[in-house]
Amino acid sequence: MYIIVVGGGKVGYYLTKTLLAEGYEVLLVERNPDKAELFQEHFGAVVISGDGAEAATLRASGAARADVVIAVTGEDEDNLVICQMAKQKFHVRRTIARVNNPKNEQLFRMLGIDVTVSQTNHILHLIEQSIPGNSFVHLLSLQHPDVTVIDAKIDEASPVAHRTIGEIQLPDDCTIAAVVRGSRIMMPTAATDLLPGDDVIAISHRGKEDELRNLFIH
Amino acid sequence: MRVVIMGCGRVGARVSVLLDHAGHEVSVIDTDPRAFRRLPPDFKGTTVVGTGIDEDVLRAAGIEAADAFVALTNGDNRNIMASQVARHVFEVPEVVCRIYDPVREDAYRRLGLTTVCPTTTIAAQVLEYVLSAVDHAPSALAAEQ
Repeated sequence: MYIIVVGGGKVGYYLTKTLLAEGYEVLLVERNPDKAELFQEHFGAVVISGDGAEAATLRASGAARADVVIAVTGEDEDNLVICQMAKQKFHVRRTIARVNNPKNEQLFRMLGIDVTVSQTNHILHLIEQSIPGNSFVHLLSLQHPDVTVIDAKIDEASPVAHRTIGEIQLPDDCTIAAVVRGSRIMMPTAATDLLPGDDVIAISHRGKEDELRNLFIH
Repeated sequence: MRVVIMGCGRVGARVSVLLDHAGHEVSVIDTDPRAFRRLPPDFKGTTVVGTGIDEDVLRAAGIEAADAFVALTNGDNRNIMASQVARHVFEVPEVVCRIYDPVREDAYRRLGLTTVCPTTTIAAQVLEYVLSAVDHAPSALAAEQ
């Protein structure tokens, strides 16, 4: 597999180092020629200097045969255009963009970027998940911009506690994927009781998250 | 007509003033408040400090009710991203985007943006002057020889 990494900041540097160690064919593109030269001393001939948003740089880096292009510069607009050019001009199958402003994650997916990585959102989710008593947790966002996966923890105070799934009026565009009770993972049916302590794993339209929270939590 | 303009450089300021004088409702965005000094004292439009790739800044500039959006910063990628936000998030009817790189200009025109590429326009104009000078020159050249 051939991977092109654009942006030689800390993320790009360690990403290249790790991918090389894993045995992938990697090329790092860095705009600053001095930095590119320094990386060449570290990594050898797998670094080129150039602007990754320029078609000429992408062509020189062999984008036409790349399986993945990963844009991890510090600027969201650059990461967006690098990925879009890779897709548009070189038909790269998979593009991954680092997103600095978490609000841009959804936008980037809407604009055709396959995968977005937001450090800010990632840390935020880790915090959400580790707060005791936080009973409605956003687990992950899928490639589809409108779909999210949620974990709702049922307690005694929950409006749906001791009710069956059949009795609950779920918002449109929401579905319960699984009910986790202790170490058991149960396929939900209309007859499944929701008991305090259960984790309800739901798949929801992004716009229905709040409605779902009100339903399960209070 | 309501127009939001991102970038108050020479071109951005000029477009803003021309539209303002023509009676349109203009709002100009720039990251540097000093850029607004390019606008004359009688400018009736509004100014917003911030970056146009931020949806909140665009909202503050009235993008939701805008008839047109124009991206005129010096950064091609910033112009491209802001234009796509204006087009796809706020569904502004007319979006015009300046892109210096002719290859990128071609790519985003194909993706449906209205693009202006100063590089190709100026090169074509210069070429025309140079070639017409050559066309008219033979007599002078012949006289010299």
